[in-house]
Amino acid sequence: MLGWVNTVAQGIMLGGLYGLFAIGLSLMFGVMRIVNIAHGDLIVLAVFGAIAATTMADLPLWAAVILVLAGMFVLGYVLQRGVLNRTLAGGELPPLLVTFGISIVIQNLLLEIFSADPRSLSAGGIETQSVNIAGVLAIGVLPLGTLAAAVLITAALQWLFGRTDIGRAFRATSDDPETAQLMGIRTAHVYGLATAIALTVVAIAGILLAVRTTVAPSDGPNNLIYAFESVIIGGLGSFWGTLAGGMILGVSQAIGFRVSPGWGAFAGHVVFLAILAFRPQGFFPKTHTGSA
Amino acid sequence: MTPLLQTRNLTAFYGDYQALFGIDLEVQAGEVVGVIGANGAGKTTLLRTLAGVLPCAEQAVRFQNRNIGGLDASRVVALGIALVPEGRRLFPSLSVEENLKVGAFARRTGPWDENRIYELFPVLGERRRSRATELSGGQQQMVAIGRALMSNPTLLLCDELSLGLAPLVVKDIYAAIQKLTAQGLSAIIVEQDVSLAQRMASRLYCLQEGRVSLQGDSASLTRERISQAYFGA
Amino acid sequence: MSTASFIVTRTTRASRWGAAMGIVLLAAAATLPQWSDAATMRLLTEFACLLVLAQMWNLLAGYGGLMSVGQQGYLGIGGYALFALADYGGVNPFLCVLLGGLIAAAASVPTAKLVFRLQGGHFAIGTWVVAEVFRLAVSNSAALGGGSGRSLQAMREIPRSVREPVTYWIALAIAAASLIGVYLLMRSRFGLALAALRDSEGAAESQGVNVKRTKFWVYLVSAFGCGVAGALYFLGTLRISPDAAFNVGWSAAIIFIVVIGGIGTIEGPIIGTIVYFLLRETLSDYGTWYLIALGVVAIVAMMKYPKGVWGTVAERFDLYLFPVQRRVEPR
Repeated sequence: MLGWVNTVAQGIMLGGLYGLFAIGLSLMFGVMRIVNIAHGDLIVLAVFGAIAATTMADLPLWAAVILVLAGMFVLGYVLQRGVLNRTLAGGELPPLLVTFGISIVIQNLLLEIFSADPRSLSAGGIETQSVNIAGVLAIGVLPLGTLAAAVLITAALQWLFGRTDIGRAFRATSDDPETAQLMGIRTAHVYGLATAIALTVVAIAGILLAVRTTVAPSDGPNNLIYAFESVIIGGLGSFWGTLAGGMILGVSQAIGFRVSPGWGAFAGHVVFLAILAFRPQGFFPKTHTGSA
Repeated sequence: MTPLLQTRNLTAFYGDYQALFGIDLEVQAGEVVGVIGANGAGKTTLLRTLAGVLPCAEQAVRFQNRNIGGLDASRVVALGIALVPEGRRLFPSLSVEENLKVGAFARRTGPWDENRIYELFPVLGERRRSRATELSGGQQQMVAIGRALMSNPTLLLCDELSLGLAPLVVKDIYAAIQKLTAQGLSAIIVEQDVSLAQRMASRLYCLQEGRVSLQGDSASLTRERISQAYFGA
Repeated sequence: MSTASFIVTRTTRASRWGAAMGIVLLAAAATLPQWSDAATMRLLTEFACLLVLAQMWNLLAGYGGLMSVGQQGYLGIGGYALFALADYGGVNPFLCVLLGGLIAAAASVPTAKLVFRLQGGHFAIGTWVVAEVFRLAVSNSAALGGGSGRSLQAMREIPRSVREPVTYWIALAIAAASLIGVYLLMRSRFGLALAALRDSEGAAESQGVNVKRTKFWVYLVSAFGCGVAGALYFLGTLRISPDAAFNVGWSAAIIFIVVIGGIGTIEGPIIGTIVYFLLRETLSDYGTWYLIALGVVAIVAMMKYPKGVWGTVAERFDLYLFPVQRRVEPR
């Protein structure tokens, strides 16, 4: 019995990580209707950025983290304004095709520079520390911290979108870009900021992932798939929904893994397909329909 | 006296299709100018071009002695021209309050803030937390006007405020507009209802197939002349 | 200006030349086994596979507006169907090529029901997830060879001198059939509905086009074609594994081909496949740099030349080898 409780607990915390994966994807779609196929590879890019900073430049982890976060913010802005903004006018296909191309380029660049070996980040021992809950359950500090980070970031983004000028600008631009311009909102810049924020969260997710486990250049697609499944399970339009979706996915995978180690990811896919079959709008949808 | 706004040979295209053919129009400071015409005559196109949604030549539009033709819509509103778009176009996922707040994004200084909007339109104050699209047509029009006012404009462009609204509601809306213009706000009012435009504006332009077919003081224009210009005899 | 002085037609001069040349090329290609070697035949077989895959993806995305990153799922099903039917069922392996397509089409029916609940980019990733599910299911199935794959036993009895040319001729026939098939499809009422729905779903629906059903049939046809191509490919290689069959790299190659060649045209995938093979044969020594180059070229192409090589050329010179649109010409 305790084993199952532990499994579910592990699943929830894994779900926190998946939630972090998914939030950036959800953000970019929410503001710009862009599904970034390179999303998973950008997580891996952040990881290897941090690895390069710590191993090649010999920076301490905290410095590498700051550097990578800042770098991904800038990359996100430049990517959106320089490349993705130019694909928005052509319909649905161009952004998908371009981000698919970016995915291929990132994967192979990383392969070329770092080789195919899985690597990880060392955080000076925190990976193995654990906390004792009620004397019966041992929960790792890192997974707990990841979950806390996920909750905090979700709350922060919810606050940003709900209560700040820029958040209102995001929502208005998402509703009606042309009328948003009439308000003085520069949509090109707003889109750039949205992607910048998305990639910063991606960077946080990547770093937490790499401290927890090893990451290889080809891991992008899997990260994308887990992020995507989290978004769909949770339902479109809500950050808390996405986080919840991540947890449901995490728990499903954890249970599947406990039944048989080869069935972890598969269990997640089954749950995803089941949601698609029986509740396609997800568990906590907040999609906006209608016009003014 | 140099006009507040002046267009010179203004042309506008939708792709290959030309919608405006050399419009010359001016608005003096503190004046209300009416633009009338049948559907498809180019009235909305004119306002959208002035607001910066559609591109045009730099010298074609002059505002406060500056050439502003071709500037982005977000720059134009920062300069002091605000558009109340045709069909209201409120942001569906934002509340009434939030729609108004977004209107202030350009951060221009001036007398207008949320509280003054609620004074002008009290019913909005009562329903400030509601989704903007849950309001009645007339109330939505008030939100749209309020949203435009939040940018503290010098020139207000109103595109068919009466569209889809009951006559009594239209009366209220235009009573509010009259209050604003009495305080010195300049405006261009686009309407299909000719008598409405004549009552609100001191001067009228009539558009027909993208060209100015008639212009003059509202008081001196006869029904006959307007009909001719409206339909193109 | 009277209407009598104009006619509405579809054929162009270029298309008549194109048709004539096509027949000549096909005849010449058919004689290849007489005067060329096994390596060339295998290369051309692979060329045919990619051409068919590209046509199928183009049908789905370029005409149907449905971008899939999961067609490798049906490719894999076709391939594994070949191995299962030929080795366990004793069915003639050459016949299995067609059967592979049919089985893939059957698999696409329940899949469509699920993935069609997603839109746009979410649909794309959804199809990728489904392909992954197929891969995992096959990897965990010992009967199909598990993760390491299996070899095609059924071909052991057939001598090379027969096996290789026949595989090649089948490839040729399938490639030609796919071109003609897509061409005829696009000229039919179904093709008209498809073009309408690509341009504007709402408008198409209002004109009586059953958008849902049209998309479903396109998806089914595309799955069939990919299944056939998959079976054909692995008929050529004689060995299959989940990683080779369900690899998303197939989608990457196909997408590159269609984007470079020209989305939404029939000539485009032909050009794209040629470009792809040229690049591969000349640059494959450079490993990952070659793939990076492909990716960058595809990105730039999408941003600056969204119509691809053929699309841009066709527009400039009004050139149509597979004319699908009607034109007004003086009598």
